[in-house]
Parts: sequence; C-alpha cells; structure tokens
Amino acid sequence: MAASPVSTKDIMLVIHDRPKTATRPAKASTPRERGSFLSRVDAKGSPYLFVAPFFVVFAVFGLFPLIYTAWVSLHKWDAGGDAGFVGLANYGELFGDPDFWNAVGNTVGMLVLATVPQLLLALILASLLNQRLRGLLLLRMGVLLPIVTSVAAVGIVFSQIFDRDAGMVNGLLGLVGVTPVDWRADKWSSWIAISTMVNWRWIGYNSLIYLAAMQSIPRDLYEAATVDGASKVRQFWSITVPMIRPALIFTVIVSTIAGMQLFTEPLIFGQGTFAISGGSLRQFQTVSMYMFEKAFRDFDYGYGSAVAWMIFLLITILAVINFLITRRAK
Amino acid sequence: MSVRPRRTLLAAALAAALALTGACGGAAQEAGSGPVTLIVKTFGQFGYDGLYKEYEASHPGVTIKEENVGKLGDYTPKLQQWMAAGSGAGDVVALEEGIISQYMAKPDQFVNLLDHGAAALQPNFLEWKWKQALTADAKKLIGLGTDIGAQGMCYRTDLFAKAGLPTDREQVGALWPTWDAYLETGKRFMAANTGAHFYDSSGGLYQNIVMQQSDHTYYDTANNLVIDSNPAVKTAWDKTVAMVKAGLSASIDQYSPPWNAGFKNGTFATIACPSWMLATIQKQAGPENSGKWDVAKVPGDGAVRGGSFLGVPTQSKHQNEAVELVKFLTSAQGQTAAFKAKSNFPSSPQAIDDPAVQSFTNPYFGNAPVGKIFGASAKAIRPVYLGPATVAIGDRVTNALTAVEQGKLQPDEAWAKAVDEAKRLVK
Repeated sequence: MAASPVSTKDIMLVIHDRPKTATRPAKASTPRERGSFLSRVDAKGSPYLFVAPFFVVFAVFGLFPLIYTAWVSLHKWDAGGDAGFVGLANYGELFGDPDFWNAVGNTVGMLVLATVPQLLLALILASLLNQRLRGLLLLRMGVLLPIVTSVAAVGIVFSQIFDRDAGMVNGLLGLVGVTPVDWRADKWSSWIAISTMVNWRWIGYNSLIYLAAMQSIPRDLYEAATVDGASKVRQFWSITVPMIRPALIFTVIVSTIAGMQLFTEPLIFGQGTFAISGGSLRQFQTVSMYMFEKAFRDFDYGYGSAVAWMIFLLITILAVINFLITRRAK
Repeated sequence: MSVRPRRTLLAAALAAALALTGACGGAAQEAGSGPVTLIVKTFGQFGYDGLYKEYEASHPGVTIKEENVGKLGDYTPKLQQWMAAGSGAGDVVALEEGIISQYMAKPDQFVNLLDHGAAALQPNFLEWKWKQALTADAKKLIGLGTDIGAQGMCYRTDLFAKAGLPTDREQVGALWPTWDAYLETGKRFMAANTGAHFYDSSGGLYQNIVMQQSDHTYYDTANNLVIDSNPAVKTAWDKTVAMVKAGLSASIDQYSPPWNAGFKNGTFATIACPSWMLATIQKQAGPENSGKWDVAKVPGDGAVRGGSFLGVPTQSKHQNEAVELVKFLTSAQGQTAAFKAKSNFPSSPQAIDDPAVQSFTNPYFGNAPVGKIFGASAKAIRPVYLGPATVAIGDRVTNALTAVEQGKLQPDEAWAKAVDEAKRLVK
C-alpha cells in the first residue's frame, strides 16, 4: 500500500465519485466537491505532467536547435554573427559543392560496409547464442562488452591496428607476403578500417536485440518443423527470420541513422591537425565531418547549418526507403 | 506511506542546495574588488606556471587558472565557439598569429588595450609584432605579443652519427646554408640506410620554407588571394616536392600519434622546429632521450613561423585585472621567463637582447645555445603578412602535399587542387 498511494487513491475516487456526481444535482462547493474537482484535474492533467519532462527536454534540446539551425542556414552567418538573409543561396551552393557530394558518397559507402555485415553477423551470433551452450550467460554478457567501450578508445586502438608503419593488420598481411597498405591513402582501405570499428562496436548490441526477439518465438514451431523434416538452416530462414521481423526493422533503421551521423571514428582515424578533412583527398570525410569543418573550422555557420539540414533530409529519405522496403517485404 | 514525506524533504533539500550554489556563483561574479579568479585559455606550451605563482604572490586576492588545450587545431574551433556564444572564453585568451589575423576584422570582441594604457608599452615589442594586433586605423589593439616562432632545425645526433654525418651543431648548420643544400644532405642521409627518414612531414617543412620566401604568402596586403600568382608560394611548393621525390619524408602527419612516437623512436632525423616546438619535442621524446636531439641553424634566411599573443575578450567579467595580467605576462621579464621554461622565443627586443636570453642554453638539447641560435634567426626576420584564412589555406596545401607523399596525385595535379580549394574557400 505504502508503495503506490497515488494510484490506489485515484482508482477509488473514480469508482466512488462518478455515480454520485451523475445522480446528485450540482450544489455549492462543499469540501467533498472540491476534492472531486481536484481529483478530476489530477486524473486529466497529471498524465500530461508525467510525460512533460520528455517533451520539455525534446523541445529545448531537439526542436529548438532544429528550427534555429534552419533559420541560420538561410543567412550568411560567419564568425562575426548574422550578416544578412540570403534565402536558399547556401543550399544552392551546396548542390554544386563537390566536397559535399564526396562526403555523401563516403557516408553512404561506409554505411553499407558497416551496416550489412554488422546485421548479418549479429543475426548469426544471435542464433548461436540461442542454442544450449555452456556458460551461456557469460557469453551473452560478453558480446555486450564492445558497446561499453568508449568510442574514442575504439578509435585510438583501431587507428593503431590499421597504422601504416607499425600496425597489426599490416604486420599480419606481411606474414602472408602482402605489401603494407597505407590505410588512409585510399577510399576502399580507409572505409574498411572505419567500418571495422563500427562493426566491432555494434554487432553485440544488435545480436542481443535479435536474441531477445528469438526467445519469444514459440518452441513448438521448431518442433513441428523438425517433425516435417526441415533442416536447421531452413528453420532459420523460414521461422526465425520472419518471426523477428520487427526487431530486424528496428535495427536496420537505427543503424542507418547512426551510419549517417558517423563522426568520431573517422575523425580519430584521420589524425593530425586537419583530421576533420578525412584524409588528404577527403577519402573518408563523412557529411557530419564536413558540417563540422564548414561551421567550426571555416566559421561559415550558415553553410554548416545548410549541411546539417541536408543530413536531416538524407536520413529522412533513407528512413522512408527502409520503411517502404520492409513494408513491401511483409 | 512513509515514502512521500521523505521524498519531499529530499527534493526540498536539493532545491535549496541548487539555489544556494546559484546564489554563490552570482555573488562571486558581481564582486568588483574582492578575490578574483582569472581564467587563462592556452594551447600547446606557454611556460607560464612560474609566472602565475609570482603574480599571485604579488597580487593578493588574485587566483590564476590556466585551461590548456593541447593542439592548436582543437583550440581554434573551441575559441571560436566561446567567442560566438559570448561565454566560456575566460579572462585571457592565447591568440596564435594565424588566429589573430582572423579576428582583426572583428576587433570588438576583444578589449581595446589602448584604452588601458598599452600605448606606452609599444617600445617593448618588435614593431611588426605590435602591428599584427593593431587594426588598420591604428585605433584598436586586441593583443600583446608573447613569443615569435624563430626558426631552427632540430636533428637527432645519434642518427646523424649512424649516417656518417657530423653531429656538432655548428658543422651541421654548415651542411645546409640553403634548402637545396638541405636536400643534398637528405640524399646523403638516405643513402646511408639508417632505417629512418630525413624529416617528419612535408607539410611542416613547407610551412617553414614558405615563411622565408617573401613578405606575404597567400594574400597580398589588400587581402586579395594571390596563392597562384605569388612566386614565393610556388617556390616553396617546388622545393618541398623535390624533397618528397627524393624520398626524404617519413610522411607522418604532424601532431598525430605516430608523429608523437616518432620523436622517441627516431623515425625521422630532422624536423624544422620553430622555437615553440622545442617544448613539444622534449615532451614527446621523453627524459630517456635527453641529449639525442639538438638544434642547428635553419636552412635559408631567418624567418618566423607562428608565435602568439594574449588578448582579453570583452566577455570577461574582470577586464581590468585581466589586462594587468596580460601586461605582466607579455613584459620583457615575463617573456624571458617563458623562454627559459619552454623555449618560446621573446617578441620583446629588450628580452631578446637580455644576456639571460642570449646566453641561455637548453640542457635537454645537449646544452644548445638556443638563445643565440634563435636570436640570430630572429634578427634576420622580415615580417610576413598573413591574411584572414591563412591557416585554412595552409591546411589545404598540407593535404595536397600529403596526397603527393601518398602517391595519390602527381605534384602538378596536387598543386592545381590546392589552388582550386583555396579559391573555393575564399570565394
């Protein structure tokens, strides 16, 4: 009782008060009536109060910056502040900016390289963890470890692993006679290095989501399939995957959004004083990095804000495409 | 039932605590003459720790807190955000010469030091250094000079010995009267197969060469972009490319982890080192390599690269106290102390001529007479005019050189790309 005094009281009031107010004609406000008025305000209003923190925080840290960024993007806005309204000029320039489109290409490329293997491996890992194994809890906890690691630490360690002169990967490649790769010099090599960091960090997280979904699949489906003579692989594709569809859609959308906002890993991988350029020829500069470069290196806030809004639009487009594909697959 | 009152109490206590801390913060800021904490924002190594203690001792009630950002590349955007947001910049900010050229267009963000009697200090600074922080109409001064980046060439004595080159700094300096001679020395070094490269990064070397070529670089004094018409820039580019072609470069980005480790591991034998870089070398190479690094004269004519100022942002709540601190830190005496601590070479003629500077030797660098070496370089200085986006253009040229090092672009393609990017940047 002591633990939930509010809700019990509310329920009791609702049950008792309703018939009374309905049958009795209105009287001057007695203490009892006032109590029922307050309780009605409580019942109607307090839910809004309970959800308010989210909306207030969202308005302050989500909605306001979003709208303010749109406002800034319509201005020429540099280190000295607002220098006048320019309409869509920033966006017009953006469409002809080869560096921006290069960044879009890099981001999408790394998105594909990071998301597809990540989700496939997570799926395989989840189905392995769904078996009866020794030390299951330990294994399930273990796959979560990478997500606990700070992204900066991941970036630093993997940058060393993929170092040109003293990196472990080049050392291993050297054992089988492959000449050392300058990982930062080419698009393909830098994309592989960066996607590896993303994959390493997120596979465990996704596989736990899949695992949770798999655990809710009724066992008798598998039993029936086994009786019908379906192989394990056939069971996986015909029972497991369709049954965890909501989890699949969720992970696809979340990792797409995360992929579009990729920033820290390539930045740390870049190194040096001008790391924000993502390589000497912008081999691995993502759109978020380009936004940061424009806004906080070149102090072109108007242009940077336009880039930010383009990122928002691109994510929206990708999310809609994702949604359509997954809906059609139904 | 006992849960709620306790919660209410807790909430009330929390609210009270918040209100109290808020009140304290407000009170501390409003106090005019009471105890003052001055926040100094710096990057790299300024060597002021001893000076702060001295100042605090002579100014009771003043506490100084330095907040340091390691890399200049990280410091610049942060400073920009503090200035744009109108808070966070503290009371004194360090302004590198590339940054200050950007702020000269908006001097109102900084306290005009001429309003605080700084005009009398003009003889304490080299004339060009003074003018770098003075607006064109000579009515506003936004910073006082700290150090100048007098150039030197640092080298590893053990690697030079291994390659059969002289190790004595006089003889080493004599190896390279010009950059062409430096290139020839590099070829000799590489032929000896020591396993190390001759220098660290073409970007850094290029920055040093370009500052020696002319009185301006990417901009003329009217702030027109002249990167493709100024022969000085192309000359520096061509000299650097020749060194890349000869295979002298270790191709390691400056301020990256492999670069930091390179000082310790001896990955490269020389590095063009403006005076302010000595502290970085000492920190990265570590005490176990004491005496392995030495300083010689820079190839070519003396010139400056880098060097800084201290300014007081108008957002400071203790402007008077902050200006006094800036005057103290940039005085000849303050500059001499910073030079002794971190080899940041003074911009005050009195400090440069001070016997304490002239005779100062740096024990870490084999007792190199750094005062004399950098002093000679500083005397030959012609001031170089920098324009608003010099740092950003320099970054793009450096990237183009890196692409040449990586073998991804031919030199002339890379040059065209750098010019094109600079033009798009400036518009």
